[in-house]
This record gives sequence, structure tokens and C-alpha cells, in this order.
Amino acid sequence: MNSSKFFNEQLNAIVFMRFLIGWHFLYEGALKLFNPSWTAKGFILSSQGPFENLFTWMAAENVLPVIDFLNMAGLLAIGLGLILGYLERPAALFGVLLLSFYYLSHPPFSDLTQIGTEGNYWIVNKNLIEAAALVVIYKIPTAQYFGLKSLLKKSSPTKNLQSHG
Amino acid sequence: MAEEPKDNKWSRRSIIKGLAGVPFAGGILIAAASEVMGKQNERDKILNSLNIEAERPPATGSMSGDPLRVGIIGYGGRGSHLIRVLGFADNEWLAEMENNAVKNPKDTRLKDFMEQEDLNVKLTAVCDVFDVRAELALNSFNTPTNKIKRYRTHQELIDSGEVDAVVIATPDHWHAPISIYALNAGVHVYVEKPMTHNISETYALREAAKNSSAVFAVGHQHRQTQSFLTAQSVVKENVLGHVSLVQANTNRNDDNGAWQYHIHELASPKTIDWQQFLGNAPDEPFNKEHFFRWRKWWAYGSGLSGDLMTHDYDRINCVLNMGIPQAVTASGGIYTHRDGRNVPDVMQINMEFPDFSTGSSQVDGKEKGMTLVYSATLGNQFNRGTVLMGHDATMELGNRITIFADAQSTRYRDMLQSRQMNTETPIYQYDPAAEGVDGITSATSKYFADKGLLWTYRDGKRVDSTYLHLREWLSCIRNGGNPSCGIKEGFEEAITAHMGGLSYKLGRRIEWDREAEIIKPIDGIDFDEVLLQNTETYQSV
Repeated sequence: MNSSKFFNEQLNAIVFMRFLIGWHFLYEGALKLFNPSWTAKGFILSSQGPFENLFTWMAAENVLPVIDFLNMAGLLAIGLGLILGYLERPAALFGVLLLSFYYLSHPPFSDLTQIGTEGNYWIVNKNLIEAAALVVIYKIPTAQYFGLKSLLKKSSPTKNLQSHG
Repeated sequence: MAEEPKDNKWSRRSIIKGLAGVPFAGGILIAAASEVMGKQNERDKILNSLNIEAERPPATGSMSGDPLRVGIIGYGGRGSHLIRVLGFADNEWLAEMENNAVKNPKDTRLKDFMEQEDLNVKLTAVCDVFDVRAELALNSFNTPTNKIKRYRTHQELIDSGEVDAVVIATPDHWHAPISIYALNAGVHVYVEKPMTHNISETYALREAAKNSSAVFAVGHQHRQTQSFLTAQSVVKENVLGHVSLVQANTNRNDDNGAWQYHIHELASPKTIDWQQFLGNAPDEPFNKEHFFRWRKWWAYGSGLSGDLMTHDYDRINCVLNMGIPQAVTASGGIYTHRDGRNVPDVMQINMEFPDFSTGSSQVDGKEKGMTLVYSATLGNQFNRGTVLMGHDATMELGNRITIFADAQSTRYRDMLQSRQMNTETPIYQYDPAAEGVDGITSATSKYFADKGLLWTYRDGKRVDSTYLHLREWLSCIRNGGNPSCGIKEGFEEAITAHMGGLSYKLGRRIEWDREAEIIKPIDGIDFDEVLLQNTETYQSV
């Protein structure tokens, strides 16, 4: 396998991962968009752990609608960014932020009751792993190689990517 | 991609790579939309077929006009709660809540109190036989805008001319005598449950209420709970089919729940008017424990049947309106708190309604009759819900309502067969906190709701049902109308509770004569003597 082919396969793998995470975010956001009675209230109010007070504040009457909107809009924008391959780095960064909120509101610590989980988690859970995957996407952007960005760039996508290092 | 001319970004392949995400994004959006709409359609189909109206309680009237002058008789734990609801929180409570709010930002009790509507009430009189409690009320509520006076007896308070209405939160054996005295004086009455302590005074109070122009209400505040009103619609629409069994339960396992209340350090014959406390109860030397933990003795309280079963009975009566049971059998004992009390701490009361039916989906005459089982323990707090079990469906009744179709239902046979319904997913769920009703919920949201995290009651605001109940009473006084728990409901509650107490103490089946409106006599037994005898079971003398 020559190094260029190996490099392309690595890129393809990252594009594939970017696609899957984008899919997940977009679908979560779209379900909320189409369901007008959706609210994060229950999720927020059941938060546990060191940041419980911060999340309780988020469920306050005048704060909650803002949180609900930001969450839905965030999920949609991040999902679109990752799938379409446009502004993927900010999308990945905001994705990490959003996932951190989910993680911190229900941290998988052994002394806390795990709610709505189908597996067993200790410190590391799916939110954390997805956030870590987004860090990879942030560090190795692929949109100029595969995505809208490649059409909007002037120079060769691969060259540009390689020079990014 | 190595073969692709590198600088030609408009080549077919580059365009595919650039735009590949677009159809995926579109597909995901369409999938999400159809998922939401599809579920909504299924839900609408089921909900339309059930036709349940998520009821709001009738709005109570305006509180305008001259302030209503209220006296409190019995300023203990419950009395202070009732008065707080009327807008008067004492200094001790305020200090405690300020402290709690600092410690726990989720504790909004102080904030809720501050935001409560002004009910236009003046608290002009207090009567409590314990100096410490009476003085707490005097010290807290004597303000430039509110003058309050202490009275030694309820007669003095009612006759003072300073009160239009009284709130009675005394031990049970004082409920009826004070209520009757107030009603005869034309003073409005809000009395705590159980309405009475024995049978003869239940009839006497009914007479007094019928003959008085004053408004009489019994403190069964859950009549204000939205879910119970919705449950009435569930029954009316025959969603459950014929209900043959209702289960209601009490499960407590803590000192407070077992009526082991704190005995105040300043309690003494000097600070407590013991004779006034005893009233018509058997004579007894001064006894702090009897005074503070009066619920543990038949002489002053009425145990599980009067204290807690009445809640559950009235909840079901509010939904089904089935009235007084034709027969009652009770059993139990003192099994977990053998501390000198004589009321049982484990009790089962079976109430039979052989002629009652909630409706049927089967052939006429096949179904009739219902048993309400009340099962209580003060030695375990595993949460057993209230369940109404019908031929077509089962309803879990609490602050939320959850209804499951029965696998053998006649009414839902077709929908079950076509898999529009299944027996694991609720066919109806009602949560007063949610924007609307929800036929299908995820396990997670069920969990949240079960935890009480989604509780709100009116317009997204958590409201104390006791507040709504008192407001309704005040509105009836000001604007006319009948309280949702008035003398009829109170009479049914009290007679049923006493039948439970009698059955337990006598170890016999107690029957109600609907025509004559009396408990069927048993030769040689004086029912009031049985109820009032301060022993665990009746000892004939």
C-alpha cells in the first residue's frame, strides 16, 4: 500500500465517522424541531452531580425556552455542518461543548443513579466517546476533501489538507 | 482520487464528493418529520377514540370585597399550613425556609409562598390550648395591618364577633363539636378530615350544616388535583369498562408517618390547657405524649381508617362518586410500632359496592359490583399506587394518570389485534405539567414523571392543592356555590371511616342500610361506645 493510498483510506475513515456523528446530531435536532411540545426540562431537572445547580437554573421558567432553542438549533447546525462538510471545525467544537453539557448533567459516576441508559458506564460513556471523536474531527478536518467546502475552495483540496499537517 | 485532475474541482467526481451530504441531510430531515408525524397520528387516533377530556377545575371566583375575617382553631402542624395558604406564614417557618433556600436552591417553598395570590383575608383570631403555639401566631401575625387576638376556647372565639369564618385543625374528637358550634352561629367552617370522630356527631353535623347559612367544607384538598378531574372524564367515557376492583394504599415507614411527632420541650400542665384538650374524651391525667401524638389513640384520633383511609376513599369517591359502601370488613393490628398506641399500624379495609358499576363494554347485566380495597402499613414505604382495574383497561391514578389496555378487553379488541394498541404502552397518559396529553411516552419520560420532576399544576406553576381547596371555600363564601367537598361528601367519608373503625374493633362485618341511611344495628352494641373506647379492640363491659 503506498503512502498516498493509506492516507486516503485514513481520510475516508474520518469522513465516514464525521458522517455518522452528523447523522446522529441532525436526527436528534430534527425530532425536536418537528415536535413542538418537546422540552429538555425533564432531562435538565433530573441532572445530578457537581453541576446540578447550574442545570437546575437552566430549567427556570425564563431560561428554559432559550436553552431548548439553543439545544435544538445547535444539534441541527452541528449535524448539518458535519454531514454537509461545511464549517466542520466550529461544528465539531460546538458539538464537544453540547456533549460536555449532556455529560456533566448526568455524569456516569459510580455514586450516582444512571437514568435512561441501556448499558453500563463508569466515567466513560457514549457522550464522552462521541465528544472525543469530535475532537479527532476538529484536529483532522476533511471537508475540503469531501464536503461542501471542497467546492468552495480555490486550490486543490488534497494539497491543502496535507499542508494543514 | 489519485487519477482525478487535482485542480479541477468542478469535475463530476468532485461535485459528488462536495454535495454527497446534501441528500443524506434531506433524508434525515424527512425521516425525523415522518417519525414525529406518524407517532402523532397514531396517538391522535387512540386519543380520539378514547375521547377523554383533560379537565381543568372550574375557576373559582374573585376575592374582592371587604377582607374576610378568619379565625384558626388548632394552630399545630396542619393548622399552620392551612393558615400559610391563606397568606400568613409565622416567623419560625419563614426563618426555616430562608435557611433551606440558602442550603438548597431547588427548595422554592419560600419563593412560592411570596408569589402566592393575596386571598384578601384577615387572620383575626387564634385558639390553641398550647401557649407556645398560640403565642407564635400572636407574635407573627399581629402587624399594623392585621390585628389578631387569642381566645382560650372555641366558643369564645366564635362568639367574639371578630370572625366570619373558622379553620378547624384540631384533633379529630374536636372536629364536630367545634364545626357544629360555628355553623349554629352562622360562621363558615373549613374542617380537617376526618369530618367527625363518631357516628352520632356525624348526623348532628349534617343537620347543623343543612340548617346553617354558613359555607361548610371538609379539607380533602385532592379534590382540586387536576388528574382526579381528568379521571372523572376517563370513567365517564367508559375507558376502563366495568371496574370490579380498586386498590388504594398507604405505605409509610418513618416516625413522622407513624405519628411519632416531636414533643415540645416547653410542654407542661402550665403551658397546655389539658382539660380543654380532652373535651369529650375519656378523663386522663396530663400526658404530653397523648397531647402531641394524639393520632395514636382512639380517644382523640381515628387511626388509619380515619386519618389516612379517608384520603383514599375520598379520592376514589371524587372520581367514581360511589358513596357509602354497602358493607365493610377490616383487619390488621399493631405490628411495627408497639409503643403503647391503640390504633392499628397495619390495616386492610374492604369496602363492598355490590350494586355499583362504572359501565360496561359487554352484554348488559354481565357485570355489576365493585370492591375498594384499602391496604395500609406504617412499617414499609414501598410505593404501591392507586389502581382502578376494569375489564377494558387499568388506570394508575396519582398526580399523573396512566392507562393500560387489558389484553382481554372487549372494547379495544380490534385495536389490540391490529397492533394500534399494545398492553405495555399506556393508551393514555396525563400529566398536569405537560403542555398536552400524551398517548405514548418513552421509558425515560415516564421515569421523570414518576419521580415527580415534571410536576406543575396550574399554568406551569407549582400550586399547593390545599391552597386551591381553601380558595374554593373562600370563593363559595364570597360568591356563592358549593365546595367540592361539602357536607354530603364529608358525611360519606366519615360514615365509611367509622364503618372501617367499627369493623376493626369488633372484628365483624359492618353493613350500611341505604334506605334508612343508618349503619345496620348489631344487637347489644353501641357503635359510638365501640369507636370511642380507648382500647385496641372493643371490650364489652
